[in-house]
Amino acid sequence: MVCNICAKNQATVHLTEIIDDQITELHLCEECAQKKGAQMESHFGLSDLLAGLADLGTQFSKTKTEAVKLKCPKCGLTYEDFKKVGRLGCGECYNTFKEALVPLLKRIHGSTQHYGKSPKRAAKVVKAKNDLDTLKEKLQKAIQKEDFEEAAKLRDKIRESEKKNNK
Amino acid sequence: MTLDDLLNNTGEWIRCTGPVCDIVMSSRVRLARNLADYPFSHWASKKEQETVLETSRQSILSIKKLKDSLFLEIGKLDPIDKQFLVERHLMSKEHMVDSENKGLCVGQDEVISIMINEEDHIRMQVMKSGFNLKEAWQILNDIDTELGNSLDFAYSVDFGYLTACPTNTGTGMRASVMLHLPSLVMTKQIGKVLQAITKLSLTARGLYGEGTEASGNFFQISNQVSLGHKEEDVIDNIDRIIKQIVDHEQSARETLLAQNREALEDRIWRAYGTLKSAHIITSTETIDLLSLARLGVDLGVIKQADRTLINELFVITQPAHLQKLEKKKLSPNQRDVKRAEIIREKLGK
Repeated sequence: MVCNICAKNQATVHLTEIIDDQITELHLCEECAQKKGAQMESHFGLSDLLAGLADLGTQFSKTKTEAVKLKCPKCGLTYEDFKKVGRLGCGECYNTFKEALVPLLKRIHGSTQHYGKSPKRAAKVVKAKNDLDTLKEKLQKAIQKEDFEEAAKLRDKIRESEKKNNK
Repeated sequence: MTLDDLLNNTGEWIRCTGPVCDIVMSSRVRLARNLADYPFSHWASKKEQETVLETSRQSILSIKKLKDSLFLEIGKLDPIDKQFLVERHLMSKEHMVDSENKGLCVGQDEVISIMINEEDHIRMQVMKSGFNLKEAWQILNDIDTELGNSLDFAYSVDFGYLTACPTNTGTGMRASVMLHLPSLVMTKQIGKVLQAITKLSLTARGLYGEGTEASGNFFQISNQVSLGHKEEDVIDNIDRIIKQIVDHEQSARETLLAQNREALEDRIWRAYGTLKSAHIITSTETIDLLSLARLGVDLGVIKQADRTLINELFVITQPAHLQKLEKKKLSPNQRDVKRAEIIREKLGK
């Protein structure tokens, strides 16, 4: 079979296009298929894809309607805005739309937890979070062992560091 | 340094000094960062964009390595200059549009470049010659650390660096290599290679990144995922995969030579002949023919030219480069004539 476009080379790529319920089959050579592929790509931007994916979070999240109605208190972006442009408005949006973004991030990256570099300025926050997690674990262990004296000490430490973190 | 100085210099990657630079043209790593106190570029007011531009400019120029770099306000450039910077891979196509309050910093040798107020407040990249992602990452990592000392980046303990588009959240890192794979295309193995890449969460694009078609057998391969893996692990992963692709291309070249040396040499010499004698030539034809000429140089078939010259021709035959060289606006037809003239002159030496 020869290529439908250049009618010269052997067709090695077989493509089915559906436009307005009309099915057309195309048999293309490597070269013309590449050109065709590039044409198709230009119709289809990343933000279109994202906008489609953005619904994902809301379909599967239990708190779907609440997350969608929200408006970021810092920059005023709504989830509808995000669905339209495929871009968030500011760093705080990640907090505001967390419920809807978590499934989306999971879908894109296969993960929702960052590993890797953190800015020096955040080092304190990162360390504080890790320290707090460790304290909470110790508290659970102390309670299990019924070591209430130790548990009380740990509880006070946790309260103290939570106060500090929130400052 | 001024913008016109760039025209007389060649970026480091063109000089082909890096490892495996017969198949790997260049290695590039970029990081996306945003200032915590301001809305992302597209959502910020003009006033906020202005502040982001000024704050970032000060921090960038206070870095020792970038002290003598070129700093440009994109809004003040004419369209040819903007296109010229895109052709040199110093900034993205998106950076040309709505360019008020957009900035660009270009370091020595064009290894480091930083876009301000693109999709994210700061997009910094390091581009090295050949297969050298690790060194590119080291340089970029240092710059990012230094910038982080004076700028407060949007960051969360859970999601990492926060970016305008959720596809960049986490490390904000995209590592990519530009590969020249003529033999995998000729032997029709490229489809399989590209398919396999996608399964390994990598993606293949054309010469100028997102949304551009692969031409002249050039493929830009980069990571797709930025959340959940350490920067070094991502780079290590790409490194391993690229090594395999390079090996495949190498063996495809050997197979082509062993099975059909005359036919291959004929194609290469015809391409070289056209380049040396054409009087009108389009940019698409130029890229295709230069790709074959580069293969000819790699295989030792063509000895009259070297990779640096071919690389240089790839760059200076692009539309904005031709117009900068001529110091005037040229119509597409005039460009095709000028392009052929420059190629004849350079190859005739």
